[in-house]
Amino acid sequence: MDHQVLAEPKPLVEIHNLGFSRGEHVIFDDISLSIPRGKVTAIMGPSGIGKTTLLKLMGGQLTPDIGHVLFDGVDVHKCRREELFTLRKRMSMLFQSGALFTDMNVFDNVAFALREHSGLPEEIIKRIVLMKLEAVGLRGTANMMPNELSGGMQRRAALARAIALEPEMVMYDEPFAGQDPISMGVLVKLIRELSAALQLTSVVISHDVQEVLSIADYVYVMADKRVIAQGTPAELKASDMAQLKQFIGGEPDGPVPFHFPAEDYQKELIG
Amino acid sequence: MNLLDRVANLGRAAIELVTGFGSAGLMLWGAIARKPRAKGFPLFVKQLYVVGVQSMVLIFVSGLFIGMVLALQGYNILVGFGTEESLGPMVALSLLRELGPVVTALLFAGRAGSALTAEIGLMKSTEQLSSLEMMAIDPLRQIIAPRFWAGVVSLPLLALIFTAVGIYGGHIVGVEWKGIDSGSFWSILQASVEWRQDIVNCLIKSLVFAVVVTWIALYRGYQVIPNPEGISKATTQTVVQSSLAVLALDFLLTALMFGR
Repeated sequence: MDHQVLAEPKPLVEIHNLGFSRGEHVIFDDISLSIPRGKVTAIMGPSGIGKTTLLKLMGGQLTPDIGHVLFDGVDVHKCRREELFTLRKRMSMLFQSGALFTDMNVFDNVAFALREHSGLPEEIIKRIVLMKLEAVGLRGTANMMPNELSGGMQRRAALARAIALEPEMVMYDEPFAGQDPISMGVLVKLIRELSAALQLTSVVISHDVQEVLSIADYVYVMADKRVIAQGTPAELKASDMAQLKQFIGGEPDGPVPFHFPAEDYQKELIG
Repeated sequence: MNLLDRVANLGRAAIELVTGFGSAGLMLWGAIARKPRAKGFPLFVKQLYVVGVQSMVLIFVSGLFIGMVLALQGYNILVGFGTEESLGPMVALSLLRELGPVVTALLFAGRAGSALTAEIGLMKSTEQLSSLEMMAIDPLRQIIAPRFWAGVVSLPLLALIFTAVGIYGGHIVGVEWKGIDSGSFWSILQASVEWRQDIVNCLIKSLVFAVVVTWIALYRGYQVIPNPEGISKATTQTVVQSSLAVLALDFLLTALMFGR
């Protein structure tokens, strides 16, 4: 057992005792988790729980009140700006909206980071961009503008951009939100296949339970400002924890109540 | 509200004002206090087109009509004293010293300033600024700096165009319509306008207005609350604050330049 533990490579991201609040509102209270290398790790939880905020903390866009986020052993929030930018070249993020640059066509969007950072000649960049677009099935859209693509295609184009610099880690922010079943299936397939083919460390933030459980190697479930459960998809499905069962089963009432706390109903109606 | 609450509110407003100035200053410093990059030049040229060239029709037409109105009103007054020959310098000095820089800056705030705020606000709400950050590209250098420099270069040039077109509008009314002698219109105008006192001061005023208007527009966009209401509010704030700042600064600059 000890040998197995020693043989495990060090996690790529480690979050220790993280606390974060916005004004008076506490978002995270003492969260600790780790993202293993080369695996798909999912972070699930109800809407508004702060999952996107967690990604922004991991990427150094927000600073925690307490605790540390280590990326490959480096404390993200103790880096100087130049060091942080060097770290960010090793990570990438697929935003919920796609966040494609609306004044550029799809080709230039994917080529953008390569032109900024790689120093490669345009001919090589062109080949890389076409290969990335081919990987997400959008080579034919290279000359189209983002507003000419459907929502699902925009997210695939953004995925091609996210992997253009061949990062070690890709963070997916609600990749399945608002997608039709076909687009969702395509995105599930792409995340799984690209993660395996490029040996990417993937962090998927989502509340689409079935899709996430189908691709994740390990899952953290968040609620009430902390991690309430973790394990492999099979372990989570087998759990009898009431809050977890409500979330995975999509039940409208349970430990998370259907009704927002309010005055007594009868008293408020009749007086 | 008791006295203590009023003092607290006043203190809070003062702290927010100072914080706002500090935050706007840091944004501008982060954008322009870096070594220029060769890759930034095409971005600057593109913004020069968007901010400057695309404002030219508005500036041209406004300048022409304001020059014509100024000449018509001036003629009606001057002719009563038999001094209508002085119409040229009256139009030229009014435009160079005041109306050229001020009206151009007000029009620029409404046309280009509001567009800059809305554009950057939408980039923020669609996470384009965040995605630049995550690609290890500084949005201040990529987005803010080229727009700032484009505004600073464009506005003085637009003010000169406005003034030149306005003088030509004055010529149309005074000479072509009211029959003032063309030679005396231009010769008295030329004799009255001084390079340092009038043209350089016009450029200095325009440059100050350019920095202020563009800075406010960019800051309001960068600090926007990323939702439709936030963008609408920020765009309005840009136009209102820029206009007030231009008018207040105009008085200050006029007092410094011509107050002796």
